Amino acid sequence: MNHPTEIPGWRDLGVDLPAVTEDQRHIGVAIPREGVRRLTQGRGQFVDDVELPRLAHVAFWRSPVAHMRITHIDRSAAQALPGVIAVVTGPEIARLCKPWVATLGHLAGIKSAPQYPLAIERATWQGEPVVAVVAETRARAEDALALLEVSWEELPAVLDTETALDAATPLIHPELGDNLCFTRSLDTGGVDEAFARPDAVVFEETYVFGRHTGVTLEPRCQIADWNPGDGKLTVWHSFQAPHMMQDLYCRQFDLSESQVRVICRDVGGSFGIKVHAYPDDFATVALAMMLGRPVKFVADRLESFVSDIHAREHRIKARIAASRAGEILAFEIDDLTGIGPYSVFPRTSGIEGNQVVNLTGGPYRHKAYRAKLNVVFQNKVPTCQYRGVGHPIACAVTEALVDGVAAKLGLDPIAFRQANVIRDDAYPATGASGIKLELLSHEACLREARRVCNYDALRAEQQALRASGVHRGIGVATLIELTNPSAAFYGVGGARIASQDGATIRLEPTGVITVSSSVGEQGQGAEAVFAQIAADAVGVELDRVRVRTGDTDTTPYGGGTWASRGAGIGGEAVLLAGRALRDNILATAQAILQRDRQGLRLRRGTIVDAASGEALLDLAELGRIAYFRSDTLPKDFTPELMVTRHYAQRDYPFIFTNGVQVSHVEVDTDTGFVKLLKHWAVEDCGRVINPMLVDEQMRGAIVQGIGGALFEECLYDSSGTLCNGNMADYLVPMAGEMPDIVVSHVQSPTRSSLLGAKGAGEAGTAGAPGAVMNAINDALAPFGVRVSSQPITPEKILRALGKI
Amino acid sequence: MNTPLDTPRTRVQVEVNGSTVVRDVECRKHLVDFLREDCGLKGSHLGCEHGVCGACTVRLDGQAVRGCLVLAAQAHGGRVETVETATPGPRLKALQDAFVEHNALQCGYCTPGMLMAALDLVERRPDADREQVRVWISGNYCRCTGYHAIVDAVCTVLERQRAGTLGEEVQA
Repeated sequence: MNHPTEIPGWRDLGVDLPAVTEDQRHIGVAIPREGVRRLTQGRGQFVDDVELPRLAHVAFWRSPVAHMRITHIDRSAAQALPGVIAVVTGPEIARLCKPWVATLGHLAGIKSAPQYPLAIERATWQGEPVVAVVAETRARAEDALALLEVSWEELPAVLDTETALDAATPLIHPELGDNLCFTRSLDTGGVDEAFARPDAVVFEETYVFGRHTGVTLEPRCQIADWNPGDGKLTVWHSFQAPHMMQDLYCRQFDLSESQVRVICRDVGGSFGIKVHAYPDDFATVALAMMLGRPVKFVADRLESFVSDIHAREHRIKARIAASRAGEILAFEIDDLTGIGPYSVFPRTSGIEGNQVVNLTGGPYRHKAYRAKLNVVFQNKVPTCQYRGVGHPIACAVTEALVDGVAAKLGLDPIAFRQANVIRDDAYPATGASGIKLELLSHEACLREARRVCNYDALRAEQQALRASGVHRGIGVATLIELTNPSAAFYGVGGARIASQDGATIRLEPTGVITVSSSVGEQGQGAEAVFAQIAADAVGVELDRVRVRTGDTDTTPYGGGTWASRGAGIGGEAVLLAGRALRDNILATAQAILQRDRQGLRLRRGTIVDAASGEALLDLAELGRIAYFRSDTLPKDFTPELMVTRHYAQRDYPFIFTNGVQVSHVEVDTDTGFVKLLKHWAVEDCGRVINPMLVDEQMRGAIVQGIGGALFEECLYDSSGTLCNGNMADYLVPMAGEMPDIVVSHVQSPTRSSLLGAKGAGEAGTAGAPGAVMNAINDALAPFGVRVSSQPITPEKILRALGKI
Repeated sequence: MNTPLDTPRTRVQVEVNGSTVVRDVECRKHLVDFLREDCGLKGSHLGCEHGVCGACTVRLDGQAVRGCLVLAAQAHGGRVETVETATPGPRLKALQDAFVEHNALQCGYCTPGMLMAALDLVERRPDADREQVRVWISGNYCRCTGYHAIVDAVCTVLERQRAGTLGEEVQA
């Protein structure tokens, strides 16, 4: 079927799978998002676009050093500046907002210290908010910051993860007894035996992953408005999980859900940055309550770099053993990661390292695996979940080891992977780390990757060019990605983060439908895929569907956007609600037409005769009668034209996806510069709802992965000051240095839902760092050197080559 | 300490999207803040406020500029075009349509600036190839798309312009 709005270049992927609705016309089709047209005309509504009467603006005085004891705050000059409304310190905010400690019950032994919206006695990282200045304009608030006089005594800063646990290292939180946030060991047994086998070939390397951060183009921002008249808090937020924030405001400020409304309209990028509870967020809410007027906080870019969560900063010692016959026998890793001075609320900062332990070696059939993880505190910006969460690290380590041992064995990287991945017919399966894998397609994806990049031709070209001094590399990364999480991710650990989501669909009197979902939109296209699913499930044209999200007052309760769950969980709820509404519409049609329900169908907005296809009743006429002429309906029948359904994935802890990426690069061995020639991604996210949107999720995520692999790093000096916290010095990938990215799809729908969709938002970030690192090392192979520290800068390449 | 207690103000007169706007503004106010706060035009966004990300790109007297690096006072007597113009020319209209068709935006925060930069390219470099498009828009960061679709969209408009199918105004 060729959908009228389908655009060339994308095939209808729906036809490859059994249909999930009676007259499936939109699911699987690349339909452009009409809903974003307003954004091309500058008619969006981002938080900073919202203005309210008596709106005040807050700016924060942040710690200029990594660790300090606050000795005195003189606010008189700041307070005296005309236009300044209030200058507020930590103890004053703490009277309204309780402190928090971010731990999870299922991360055994994880610990952190109580954290406050504004530092009380000590500030523990450069950028921690200390004093809030509220003024009539943001500019005036910043003027007043310069008039604050804060005295402090500088304390020793813990920066190096390698020495964080040494007895001689000062404790960041003396009451915790050490600088260890979380530790975990995993041992399947048989590891030493595998490495000791006489036919074992061992490859060993240490990998370093620098700190980076999300750099959402719209900074974190919010307006908090406390109405003392009705005791109600409204927060306009740029956020991924409005119900989670509603719950946290309730708990930290002793409010109930009926008092707190969180509204998320347009959100200018999120990537995991906007799913955490930040101290300045709680402070802004407290200020609104104190002042009884709306307070706007919009981070400027410089404070984003020192207050948005950072991510990564891992050092992993790793090794792999394979038999001479080419069978992977065992993996072993030792991961040390630094997370800043606090575990971040409410998801904790133990998850990324935990994921590295769970995911390393994930695609392969080996049985022996040992992992050690230490998560340590340090005086840098707190780290937490950012797109990919552990996957880019686990994948890069795994795939570098696989390449390394394949090279020792003299085997082709793709052939070696094909021989060792879990077979496509072996599911459900359990990975060596214990992860449950429902249904993956490594073999199919590797075949497709080999085909789509024309692998043999690339290899031949590589050989030919090496003779002329051109060094190209081909890097492959096989990956798994955790999506559609059950309550096993957070709920079982005591975090009040919903794993279920809901959708409400209402037939309006004119025959259009309104979908309301607890999963919101930050650009991924959630609203667009919900519209496609709803159109097919109910049986209407796409232009009759309107989608509303991002308001805790009006949407069903749910988890929101994180862990690649929006389409898989939120989409299933829409499908279930759409089918239920369709049933109710047909029941209403039966009552109006007085015809047998079995003989009725709802097709493209019209009730038709099932046998002949004859149009019997338009939805607008049905709506008119149902809503305005109930007197004409049978007395025992009431139309229910608004339905709500919820869905939680409960079959597995997570529904894993898989894919393969291939990176093609050229390394200039004189300058160390890497040119990205092309990138291929084969992905299997189950049922694809809109291939154009999946392609763009993959591409954007790949570029973020490439950013971490080649460019992005939060660089600290020896005193714990961030040296490159601005957009010019922190290198975000630009169009000119990025390659074209070709995306292919394999579809293995999950059986845990009717829809069969898995997540697609993070796999790109998961695979790119491994693929690019392998490609660079492949290019460097003739020189017998390797790089294993990301970002892989020209300097690191030249050092590896011995040129500097 | 140089913090001004009473920041000096100046009167500016600017033609914004075809309408004349007269406002008294602080001398230190940037053009993009003037557009957002004094003209109510929220379409130009602030991504970095130090001239790198390109989200605030607008056109001043036909020249693409960073709205965060130009003062409102510098635009006095000038002509400013933003993405909100009620009567987009055929090139801008074609770019807006192509961005939707190719899904060349996700969150849409960078999009107004990206479109103004692309408009500049389509006018000044009608023969640009794919590589040149990539280089041209490298002053505008997009954190969502990976750029591929943006490049596709701009190239489509360039091709249509070269084929003479963008609309009469451009032909003339």
